[in-house]
Amino acid sequence: MNPMFQASPASPRFKRVVEGACIAVLAFFAAVVVFLVLRAAPVLSSGKATEKELSTLTSGSVTSLAEYLGPLVFGTLLASFVALVIAIPFAVGTALVISQFAHGKVRTALSAVIDLLAAIPSVIYGLWGVLVLVPASGGFWSFLNRYFGWIPLFSGTVAVPARTMASAGVVLAIMIIPIIATISRDAFLQVPSQDKEAALALGATRWEMILAVVMPAGRSAVMASILLGLGRALGETMAVLMILSPASGYSVHLLEATQNQTIAANIAAQFPEADENGVGLLIATGVVLFIISFVVNAIAQKVVARGEKSEKHEAAQRHATAESGEGNPA
Amino acid sequence: MSLLTLNSSATKAREGKHWFARTPHEMPETEETGKTVATIESLSRRRKLRSLLMNCVVVVSACVVVIPVISIFWTALTRGIAQLSPYFLTHNMRGIVGGTYPYGGIFHAISGTVEITGVTMLICAPLGIFAAIYINEYARRSRLSRLVVSAVNIMSGIPSILAGLFAYALFSLLSGVGTINGFVGVVALAVLALPTVIKTSLEAVSRVPDTLRESALALGASRSVMIRKVVLRTALPGLVSAVILAIARIIGETAPLMIAAGIVDNTNFNLFSGRMMTLPAYIYNEYSQGLATCPTAHVASLMPCDPQIRIERAWAAALVLILLVAVFNAVGHWVARRSMAGSRHS
Amino acid sequence: MNENELTIRNLNAYYGGFQAISNVNMNIPAKEVTAFIGPSGCGKSTFLRTLNRMHEEIEGARVEGSIELEGQDLYAHALNPAAVRRHIGMVFQHPNPFPSMSIRDNVLSGLRFNSISCKGEAGDDIVEWALRSANLWDEVKDRLNKPGVGLSGGQQQRLCIARAIALKPEVLLMDEPCSALDPISTRAIEDLILELKQSYTIVIVTHNMQQAARISQKTAFFNLTAVGEPGHLVEMGDTEAMFSHPNMPQTKSYISGQFG
Repeated sequence: MNPMFQASPASPRFKRVVEGACIAVLAFFAAVVVFLVLRAAPVLSSGKATEKELSTLTSGSVTSLAEYLGPLVFGTLLASFVALVIAIPFAVGTALVISQFAHGKVRTALSAVIDLLAAIPSVIYGLWGVLVLVPASGGFWSFLNRYFGWIPLFSGTVAVPARTMASAGVVLAIMIIPIIATISRDAFLQVPSQDKEAALALGATRWEMILAVVMPAGRSAVMASILLGLGRALGETMAVLMILSPASGYSVHLLEATQNQTIAANIAAQFPEADENGVGLLIATGVVLFIISFVVNAIAQKVVARGEKSEKHEAAQRHATAESGEGNPA
Repeated sequence: MSLLTLNSSATKAREGKHWFARTPHEMPETEETGKTVATIESLSRRRKLRSLLMNCVVVVSACVVVIPVISIFWTALTRGIAQLSPYFLTHNMRGIVGGTYPYGGIFHAISGTVEITGVTMLICAPLGIFAAIYINEYARRSRLSRLVVSAVNIMSGIPSILAGLFAYALFSLLSGVGTINGFVGVVALAVLALPTVIKTSLEAVSRVPDTLRESALALGASRSVMIRKVVLRTALPGLVSAVILAIARIIGETAPLMIAAGIVDNTNFNLFSGRMMTLPAYIYNEYSQGLATCPTAHVASLMPCDPQIRIERAWAAALVLILLVAVFNAVGHWVARRSMAGSRHS
Repeated sequence: MNENELTIRNLNAYYGGFQAISNVNMNIPAKEVTAFIGPSGCGKSTFLRTLNRMHEEIEGARVEGSIELEGQDLYAHALNPAAVRRHIGMVFQHPNPFPSMSIRDNVLSGLRFNSISCKGEAGDDIVEWALRSANLWDEVKDRLNKPGVGLSGGQQQRLCIARAIALKPEVLLMDEPCSALDPISTRAIEDLILELKQSYTIVIVTHNMQQAARISQKTAFFNLTAVGEPGHLVEMGDTEAMFSHPNMPQTKSYISGQFG
């Protein structure tokens, strides 16, 4: 045998290194989850054990976990809901402008604005919200209250300064607009121009073309982006902590102060006063928040996966028909 | 081909409730098709108005989105610029009382942010990139890869404040109740940064075309050589941008660091002992203390005093933080665009 | 001249449960060009990839039978596929120089992958020799440190050939090397192949009958009985004979169909 084939310098060491990194990452994540669940489980599972923990944080005014956690979950969902309702039209509108209307410099500039919005740290949003938005928006809230006060959301006495759910919702909305806008924009940009031209060639105006072609094609991506934005809004701490004047309750009067509190802001607000028991309780509320946002993210991923699948399916079908349409070259 | 796309969009239109979804026998009722003369008629007023209106709504909504950006930058600039000076950047808050001069600075916060963010990325960048390589290059469908991918998906949804609580509670258990220092902050940020780094590196590595892997292997490269000399080299700009964007994301994290690294007035370089200030925590702390007290008018004439000083410092620190984040973002996006342009070229 | 470089015996190749090629026996002569022709999906590319074990990079792929290079079994148990590929180089359909490397580094990449020293003058000599062999030297000698992806498609493909022969392989496999190129670049590659056969054994997969007729000495025709069935070797012979009077009716109809 000729010595043509020498053993090449194979190095399984490299594989062991990257595999080790993988295992380390997994172990770390598992440790986080296990640790949090272990700390939260006693609080969440048995009502009795929580009395001690509750008393340190609420000075005895709240006696059961449900009484403590319920308003927080409600406040979290309410804040995120308000944020979504405000954010969706602006975000989708911006995505449409970037992808369908603007060209050249305007498109680049708008995209840069969205990138900047996404980059600003939440503590700066909080600072801006409480020092600029809250004083500036007072007139608008009074207007809403005067003319739309018959809607329960806008009823009650308008708080001055407006450290209310409405203000917090606006700031949260600004924070999630970039998430929704960038994902929607990318989806809208991927709509094949031949599809758009087909609609325009049938006499559709640009807006009708958007409704008929662009929106249906981007639907699943927009849905997923909304859910991802919701995930961000649910976990946001600083903006709510700095803007909202907190209280434990179930009010939907967005314009009144001292009505609600969110889970994340509550953790930040109460952590400095919490002893070991209190920290256990706060972790438990955090785990509840984690579960909520996990469910939201899981749904978002499902939506994305389904969207991709149907797109692929459609493309494959189109490809197949195109091939058979060309006739056999034999 | 064009016929096909016409068909497919017509199908889409039929499914939705759009203007050309009407069945043929309804068509004559509309204004424009009711006329039999073959002239090019302008659209019906209703259609024209609706389209115009919706165009306006969309454009206005995009314009409104620009307002907060301008407002935030303008406020940070106008209110922060007064305090922003070399003195501000090189001094900490030790011995600064009330609103009296000297006004103090943010050196301790900058050094803490740099140290905590830097160490976090020193740990997370190699770990995340290696994990991404294992998943993409060695075992796309192995159980370990699938587990890591779903763990990343789960962990990317963790509320940032819970990451801070986790680190705090973990070190309370490991090294005594109430352990708060820079490294606890690092652990908290690692929980938040690792999923991002793995996700974006995985994207960068999977963008490397398979044909390059094939030609490296066809030239007799072993798998590890192929990965190191071709995949990593080709994906390098993407990986760099992944790391930079992750830095931009964690550098502004506030809540977890307030819990894990704490709030303190003096400069602390030791990651493992004592609280460590960070820029975002500084901003919140200055804001939350509100107006500063000034001595009576008699003493004030001797010594300058500014009751608004804390808010001014908060804005000045916010300006520094915005600039930092903007620089990291700009560089990250620039590198990412370059890497995209490079891969399109090939 | 007529010794056999590659000897293939009873070769079957599978992707998971699907059999791609069945029972191929073939001798590939040294220092000649052998062309594989046949309809899409007949397994000729798969067969080409089994010749330097590149098919192993596709998940679930496996092979039965034997392939010997000058009497040495390519599938011997202890043999690393990387070692096989050093001696049996490959050029792909789409030109794919490494985008992160200069022209010079692209040529030397194979040597570096195999930890063969190529610093300084030794490296320069190899670069010049390989690029001259690939008829590319005159076009790129002034920009060796520019990225390889800046070249035209045909130049990129010749760079890939230079990269492959820098390792001085015994055999060069080419998988439709011209199908992504314009006619002028194709002509340049064909001329190059005719020159390279002085020094290398060349196996080329092509869809282009005229190309097979122009450049190859031996032609192998692959076919499949139906979609989903494995491909097989119908016949192999001197190119001239194959194109003028093929033995098998299938070959005749395929060749005439393509020409007609």
